[in-house]
Amino acid sequence: MAIATNFWIWIAALLTLAIYSFLYKDNPFYKFAEYLLVGISIGYGISVYWHNTIITKVYNPLVYDKNFLVLIPLLLGLLMFSRFFKNVSYLSRIPIAFVVGAGTGLSVPSSFEFLFKQVYATMPLKLDFGSLIIVVGVISTLVYFFFSLEHKGFVGRVSRVGITFIMVAFGAAFGYTIMARVSLFIGRIQFLLSDWLGIIK
Amino acid sequence: MLKRTLLLIVFLILSISLFSENDSLIFLENQTPFEGFAITGKDIPNDGGGGIEIEWSFPDSLDNFFLTVLRKDEAGNNSIVATDLLVSSKQVRDVSSEEDPSRVKDGTKYYYTGILSKKMVDEDFLNMLISKENGYSKNGIYIFNNDTFYVTAETDAIISKASWFNLSRIPVVISLILISFVFLYYLNLAKSGKELYIRKINGLDAVEEAVGRSTEMGKPIMYILGIGYVTDIPTIAGLTILSRVSKKVAEYETKILVPSYDPVVMTTAQEVVKEAFTEAGRPDLYNKNDIMYITQDQFGYAAGVDGMMMREKPGAVFLQGLFFAESLILAETGHSIGAIQISGTTETAQLPFFVAACDYTLIGEEMMAASVYLQKEPMMLGSIAAEDLLKVFIMVLIIVGFVLSIFAYGFNIGIFKNLFDLLARALQV
Repeated sequence: MAIATNFWIWIAALLTLAIYSFLYKDNPFYKFAEYLLVGISIGYGISVYWHNTIITKVYNPLVYDKNFLVLIPLLLGLLMFSRFFKNVSYLSRIPIAFVVGAGTGLSVPSSFEFLFKQVYATMPLKLDFGSLIIVVGVISTLVYFFFSLEHKGFVGRVSRVGITFIMVAFGAAFGYTIMARVSLFIGRIQFLLSDWLGIIK
Repeated sequence: MLKRTLLLIVFLILSISLFSENDSLIFLENQTPFEGFAITGKDIPNDGGGGIEIEWSFPDSLDNFFLTVLRKDEAGNNSIVATDLLVSSKQVRDVSSEEDPSRVKDGTKYYYTGILSKKMVDEDFLNMLISKENGYSKNGIYIFNNDTFYVTAETDAIISKASWFNLSRIPVVISLILISFVFLYYLNLAKSGKELYIRKINGLDAVEEAVGRSTEMGKPIMYILGIGYVTDIPTIAGLTILSRVSKKVAEYETKILVPSYDPVVMTTAQEVVKEAFTEAGRPDLYNKNDIMYITQDQFGYAAGVDGMMMREKPGAVFLQGLFFAESLILAETGHSIGAIQISGTTETAQLPFFVAACDYTLIGEEMMAASVYLQKEPMMLGSIAAEDLLKVFIMVLIIVGFVLSIFAYGFNIGIFKNLFDLLARALQV
C-alpha cells in the first residue's frame, strides 16, 4: 500500500494529529483544530435549525398548510430575542418558563413508567442466587439514597452494602466503556496507518 | 392479400411476445394459500392520533415468508406501507412521522392489503399493483415472472383518531395521586415548623473550600452544566447548585466561567448567576460574558471547554448536569491542570469516570438532594422526606414481589402465581 493521495484523507489525518497533540500540551495546532471544530459545528447547527425547525416546522405549515397555530411557538421563540434589549429583556423568561414547565410536566409520567419498569425488572421470574443478589443489591442501594435518615447503626450498615454494590457496578461500567474507547482509538490509529500512510493493510 | 394477411399475423405474434416477455402475469381470483388468509387493522389505542396498526396471524410454517403491506386511501391513492416484512413479525404500524407528518390523517378512511411471497416482492409487480389504473382490489394468487404472490382482500375501512386519555397509564395516575398526598403531607409538616432532617452529603461541604482555594490562588472557577437541555432534571439540579456556588463566588469576589452547550441553558444560567450575585450584594461583579455559548456539538463542546480549561487554568471545576461520552475528557483535563473537581450527574454510565477523576462526586439522586441540602428550605426538605417514604414503598413492593415469586415459582402454588401476574401487569405500563 502507498501513502494516500486523496486530499481529504490528508486533511482528516492532520486534524486528527492536531487534536492528539493536546496530549502533550496546549499548542497552536490544537487551537486551530479546536476553533475549526467549534466553528464548523456552530455553522452546521445553524443550517440544521434553519431547515429542520424554521422551514419544516414554521414556514411550511404557515405558508402551505395555513396552520396559524404555529404562530404561538413562533412568538415564544421570538421573545428570546428580547434579551438584546435591556428594558424588555425580562420577556425572555416567558419562553424559558414555558420550556422548563412543559419539560418537567412531560417527564413526570415517563419517570413513573421508568420506575415501574425498574421495579418489575427487579422482581424475580425464577428463583436462583442471581435473583437474590439483584433484590439485595437494589434494596441496599435504595437505603444508601435515604436522605432523611442518618446513616448509623442498621441503616448505616445496609447503606455500606449499597455503596459496595454501586462501586462494583461502576467498576464494571468503567471497564466496559474503556474497552469501547480503546476500540475507537484503534480505529483512529488504523485510519492513520492504513488509509493515510499505507503502512498496514 | 395473402402477403398482407401473413404480415399482419407476424406483427400480432411479435407484439404479443414482446408484451408477455415484460410482464408474464397469471391471476387466479379468490384463491388463497390457507383458510382465513387476511390482515386486519385498527387505530393504535392510547395515542395522539396519526397511527394505524396492521396485524396478521399466519401459520407458523410461513414464518420465513415475506409480507408487503399496501394502502389505499378514500380518494383511491395507493401507497406502500412496508415491504418484505418477515411474517413472524406479526404486525406493522402505519404512522405519521417527523418526515411525513400527514401520512396518516385522522378521520380519513384507509384500506390495507397484504402480499405474501416466498421471495422478496418484485418491484415491477409492486408498481403495477399500486398504479392508479390497476389498483389492488382483487385478492387471489398472482404469478408474475414465475414467482407466486398471494394477495389478501382489502381490510375494512380503518380510521385513525387521537385518544383523550392513555388508559394504559392508569397505574401511573393512581401512583401520582397517592404520591401527591404524601408530598402535601410532608410539605404541611414542614410548614408547621417541624424540623426535618437531611443527612450530610459528602462533597457539598467542599464547595466553600473549592471556591476559597481558587480565590486564594487568583484563579477563576469553572462551572460546566454538561450537554443537557433546560428540560432535563439533572440540568435543573445543576442550575440550583450553580446558584449556591455563584453566591459564594460573589462573596469571595472571584470569577465564575460557565461554558454552555445549549443557548436556553446559557440564558437560564445567566439569570441564575445574576440573581445570586445580586443576593450576595455584589451585582457589580456580574459579567454576562462569563456565561458563554460554545457549540451544540458534543465533541466540539468538549474540545472548546478543554481548550478554555488549559488557557484559563481554573482553580475549581464543577461538573454538574447531564454528561455523556465527553465526561472523562472534561474531568481528565480538569485533573491535569490540578483543579479541585466536584462532579455530579444522574448518568450511571458516566459516574465511574467522575468517581475516578474528580475529588468529590454526587451520585445520581445525591445531586437532587444537594440543592435541598444547600438551601435547607423547609418546603424542599419536606419533599426529600416524602421521596424517602416512596423509596420505602418501592422496597416493600420489591419484597412482596420476591415473596410472591418464591411461593409462585418455588412452591408452584397457583394463587400466588395469579397474584404475581396481577402485580406484574400493574407495573407494565
